[in-house]
Amino acid sequence: MSAEEAMPVRVRGLIKRYGERNVVDGIDLDIEPGKVFGFLGPNGAGKSTTIDILTGTRPRTAGEVSVLGQDPAHDKTSWRSRIGVVPQSTGTFSEVSVREILTVFASFYPQPLPVDQVISMVGLTEKSKAKTESLSGGQKRRLDVAIGVIGNPSLIFLDEPTTGLDPVARREAWELVRYFGERGTTTILTTHYLDEVQELADKAAVIAGGKIIAHGTLAELGRQGSHHTQVRFSLTGSLLGHPLPQLRGLPPLQPDAAGMVSFSTDTPSEAAYSVLSWARELGVREVPDFAVINPTLEDVYLALVAGSEQRNWEADQA
Amino acid sequence: MSIDIVSQKETAQGGIVPNKFAPHRASGGLVRSSIALSRMELLNFFRDRRSLVFVLLFPVLLLVIFAAIFTGTIEGEGVQVPLKQLFMAGITAAGVMSCAFQGLSINIVQERESGLIRRFARSPMPKAAYFIAKMVRVLVTTVVEVAILLAISIGFYGLPLPSSGQAWLTLAWVIPLGAAACALMGMAYAALIPSANSAAAIVTPVFMALQFISGVFLPFSAVPGWMQTIGSFFPLRWLAQGLRSVFLPEQLAVTEVAGSYELDRVALWLGVWVVAGLILTSMTFKWKGPKVK
Repeated sequence: MSAEEAMPVRVRGLIKRYGERNVVDGIDLDIEPGKVFGFLGPNGAGKSTTIDILTGTRPRTAGEVSVLGQDPAHDKTSWRSRIGVVPQSTGTFSEVSVREILTVFASFYPQPLPVDQVISMVGLTEKSKAKTESLSGGQKRRLDVAIGVIGNPSLIFLDEPTTGLDPVARREAWELVRYFGERGTTTILTTHYLDEVQELADKAAVIAGGKIIAHGTLAELGRQGSHHTQVRFSLTGSLLGHPLPQLRGLPPLQPDAAGMVSFSTDTPSEAAYSVLSWARELGVREVPDFAVINPTLEDVYLALVAGSEQRNWEADQA
Repeated sequence: MSIDIVSQKETAQGGIVPNKFAPHRASGGLVRSSIALSRMELLNFFRDRRSLVFVLLFPVLLLVIFAAIFTGTIEGEGVQVPLKQLFMAGITAAGVMSCAFQGLSINIVQERESGLIRRFARSPMPKAAYFIAKMVRVLVTTVVEVAILLAISIGFYGLPLPSSGQAWLTLAWVIPLGAAACALMGMAYAALIPSANSAAAIVTPVFMALQFISGVFLPFSAVPGWMQTIGSFFPLRWLAQGLRSVFLPEQLAVTEVAGSYELDRVALWLGVWVVAGLILTSMTFKWKGPKVK
């Protein structure tokens, strides 16, 4: 297996500097073949700049980048034939039909997919003779995807494919991403929606302030950051008036004004056991409002992004 | 021309096996891409009512107005020619420039802003195919425009057909050479236009001014000397002069500034603009960067 097949995208120490600021600040990325990779981050985090560098439309300041075994800065025609880019916003000839525009783009590639097959794949068969101007937002997006994949690429970049789409069109766009995922085409999906990554990606990286602040499988991402599992219960009925249990490694528990006790822990099973045995000794078998809550990926993501912003702010102050 | 689509292996789901290996050819090829793009350019132009009105119909309107206004005659060595025929040659030149310069530069800026150029840059399209298709667009629309203007001039206003084989030959080289010169000037000029919103405002006044100082709206000899000098740096003056030599009698050449139609200079200046436009375009045309949305 060649290096290119083993790792379609390999980035080391990538930096893009504008003026005094590193918009992309030393990122490393390894993207495996045949998977959907989620590239997640808030607006202005450096996602699009990174994608522009990977697709050869923007020069980099420093770092090593290999995409399908080539440096994107060389921008070779043969390399272009093998990557598909679905940009955030695109234009087409306004007066021509879906089928006509795809026929033009197909002519640029050495081994294009059959035009009608791509049209049916993106669900535009009914609209194949419609002028591109007359398409709805969701249909235009699907045409963008069709143009991006007409060359039968080995690697697809989808830059925020669902931004600005209504919920139905958004689901349809997801179906397309799944389609390519199942086909085994390496897909890089940029987004600021976490549910999109959860829904579609095998692995993901979170970028904020130009740095990768977390990466891995979705399960690995869920375990990152300083977030612990939360345990909580209501202090009511027979539980009232008794000293609360002392949990190992935690400060003494205190109920809040509403009589709710909650705490965060790294050892939720152990903690739950302590709370439940304490209640049972007091004759309470069903603890009111008892819950063990795992942090959602969203909690982790928001905490990571907030943490990164905090660190950047502190760095600016210092 | 055959378009070879490599047969795809069908998978169990009815999908296609993705490309694992680099194809032998780098792209779809210059000829194939140029043909497909040229076809698209023409479909796009002739289906777009806005471009039809703005580019094709505007010179027709000018022609009709000028023919109605100017009723006098102009005298040469023993001939009298209706003044409007003098303008018909000029307006035909303006029609060429309308298609080649005005229409094209605005079109390029729109494509730069709509994301189309960026999209092309991200595909393996041979870059030359884009310019070849633009030249095809310009040449075809110019020929259509000139045919309409001449049909009206000859049919309704008594402009005589070119009287000699020599004149036809001149027409056959002046039109494409003038169109190429104006188109390349337009491509280079597009680099100066900041946005599609301002495109018409930046292109039209220049085109208007050139029409005044190049012998389109006024006889060139009636333009002040220093304006003639400025006009002489641009292709429109030479294009108009070349077309006057086609449609007006040889005896009228004495009314030209130089006392002749100077066809050698017409060829020279239009040729210089082709070369200069090529150089400027290759220096200023951007496939990526901040202005390319």
